[in-house]
Amino acid sequence: MAWILPLAVAAPLLAAALLVGSDHVAPEHFKDAIALLGSGTATVCCVLVLLQSERRDVLHWFGGWRPTGGVALGVSFVADPFGAGMALLASGLTLTALAYSWTYMRDAARPYDALLLAMQGAMAGFALTGDLFNMFVWFELIGVAAYALAGHQVKELGPLQGAVNFAISNSVGGYLILIGIALLYGRTGALNLAQIGHELAAHSADRLVVVAFTLLVTGLLAKAAIVPFHLWHADAHAVAPAPVCAVFSGAMIELGLLFVARVYWATFEPVFPGPPIRSVLVVLGVVTMLVAAVMCFLQRHLKRMLVFSTIAEAGAILTGVGLLDPTSLAGAANVVLSHGLLKAGLFLVSGLIVLRLKDADELRLRGRGRALPVIGMLWCAAAVGLVGVPYLGVFLGHALLDDGAGSAGIHWLQPITMVSQGICAGTLLRAGARVFLGWGAAEDELLTPEPEERVPERSAFAPAMLAITGVVVALGLAASVVPGLERRSEAAARRFVDHAAYAARVLRDAQQKPTPRLPYDVPRASPASIAYGAGATVLTIAVAAFGLWHRRLPDGVRRAARRSIGPPVDLLRSVHSGIVGDYLLWIVAGTAVIGAVWAFTLT
Amino acid sequence: MSVLAYGVAAWIFCVGIYGAIISRNLIHLAVCLSVAQSSTYILLLAIGYRNHATAPIFKGFENRTKAVDPVVQALTLTDIVVSVTVIALILALALDAHEAANTVDPDELVGMRG
Repeated sequence: MAWILPLAVAAPLLAAALLVGSDHVAPEHFKDAIALLGSGTATVCCVLVLLQSERRDVLHWFGGWRPTGGVALGVSFVADPFGAGMALLASGLTLTALAYSWTYMRDAARPYDALLLAMQGAMAGFALTGDLFNMFVWFELIGVAAYALAGHQVKELGPLQGAVNFAISNSVGGYLILIGIALLYGRTGALNLAQIGHELAAHSADRLVVVAFTLLVTGLLAKAAIVPFHLWHADAHAVAPAPVCAVFSGAMIELGLLFVARVYWATFEPVFPGPPIRSVLVVLGVVTMLVAAVMCFLQRHLKRMLVFSTIAEAGAILTGVGLLDPTSLAGAANVVLSHGLLKAGLFLVSGLIVLRLKDADELRLRGRGRALPVIGMLWCAAAVGLVGVPYLGVFLGHALLDDGAGSAGIHWLQPITMVSQGICAGTLLRAGARVFLGWGAAEDELLTPEPEERVPERSAFAPAMLAITGVVVALGLAASVVPGLERRSEAAARRFVDHAAYAARVLRDAQQKPTPRLPYDVPRASPASIAYGAGATVLTIAVAAFGLWHRRLPDGVRRAARRSIGPPVDLLRSVHSGIVGDYLLWIVAGTAVIGAVWAFTLT
Repeated sequence: MSVLAYGVAAWIFCVGIYGAIISRNLIHLAVCLSVAQSSTYILLLAIGYRNHATAPIFKGFENRTKAVDPVVQALTLTDIVVSVTVIALILALALDAHEAANTVDPDELVGMRG
């Protein structure tokens, strides 16, 4: 059944080629059918691969170039439950976006569907590949399709800025990755992850390997929206069409984090000591959570708000990866799933808002959403899912993260995560209350003014779009109580971090010990996790209320707050300058700092 | 190959990125990015280079002929294709920017900030 593996990538790419090839020839309905068929086939393949990978990793060597004598020359796809699950999430969200776009982007320029399909194939390839250079090619293909999608309405200033900043920053991230790959190839003569790890383990790590590792990781973090590499994401996501944003936020960012985890455990785990890597990744994750939470609160553009909330969640996922233990990794994977679905749902809702009300600005939309109760309920339900209310939405992932951080002895991590979640979810609820209930002030000097934006006129509004959005949100909300998911993700994480078993499976085709069948149940969360969930809920309500009614606070309190918190917040705002040169400087500086820290601690 | 090639690669990369950071013109910026990316070609080729070796074409040669590493040459070719795609896209965006905002200065394209 391993032949299904490449089909998850090939089907959408073939469909994209067919779409472009049959342009001007085939009727519209035929092309829509091809697009949905290609995307749907790949999604079904991902489901099959995921089911198969539950017991042991699925392996495919392209062109039959299997390793001989423990030396891998060919290109491999390796599907473990996390890789296959990520491919499924990416494929499923793209399929959703295609179906949603059927009416939403009816008047879209021609290559729209083909670009989405190319991006789907590339994302699945990225999630499944076991080869570094192959990863780079998928990375660039995701990028190229994504730039074109972000700048889809390129006749306007906003999308142009977003697409330009995206293309340039992401390309520089790609160069860093490529230089890292070249250095590793020069040292080991190998491109397969397991093979590189095997060669590296024979020698002690020197500075060259540290530099290569740094470049690889920072390039991936640039894709994954981690501070200080996150700046371009906010520009690009805020202006792309809503279904495209759903794919960006729900799957593309998380792919970078998945590969950080993969490259560490498949290749570098035996070479480097864990503590320096743990410190750097956890600190980056924490800074990301806090910066993004503050920036999220300051936004009034609905989509830009959602992006910063995604970036905060990416920080939480990075801490899950960076704690370097299986429980936290399982938590990170569960956050990826539940957050991906909920955030995609929120972006789809924002598309519906733009469609009906012709605007995406929280203050200008105040009270205008009263006529749209169903859309309002969907927005608020998805926002509540992101709070971490016990047994709802992202709760399971964050509960596992709490367990992992607790067992690693890092007890300050959970309160910070709770605060970040509370601020982001509170901001989303504030926007929901203002738009759909008309609560709160009509003016708010705290929020960043955004230029008036002409929202493209569209008349399409199909109940099907509402139904699709509802299903995505409902799946996201239920992700914490899927029977058996917690045990399965923990088992998958234990297999993911087992470097020796991965190398044996890939290089010597050794049979892994199959994971035993696990019961379908929902284990009880620890009291600490429930307490943090409750804390996040209280905080969310407080933040939402503060956002709506902070003008009613006494004048003295407001003046004091402005004097103390004002300057750092303004500084943070000015960093998000929208100028691509600044962004590149941050990427270079961030890479240099991380590299310097690792150069002294990893050797 | 000596250390020189690696030094040249590092130098070209830094020059390209520096140019991209200070650039006030999208077309200039695209060229700077190509300069930065061409450092990766030099790096890759330098890694695969062997002294006194031939091109990796074995038809008509003794199979033991010393040749340079063909893998990095394949990587470089792929890299060039990737680079062309990205540069083409950025140039297309520059054209659109000129049409929509009558400027190719990335600093003047700023609509959203903060």
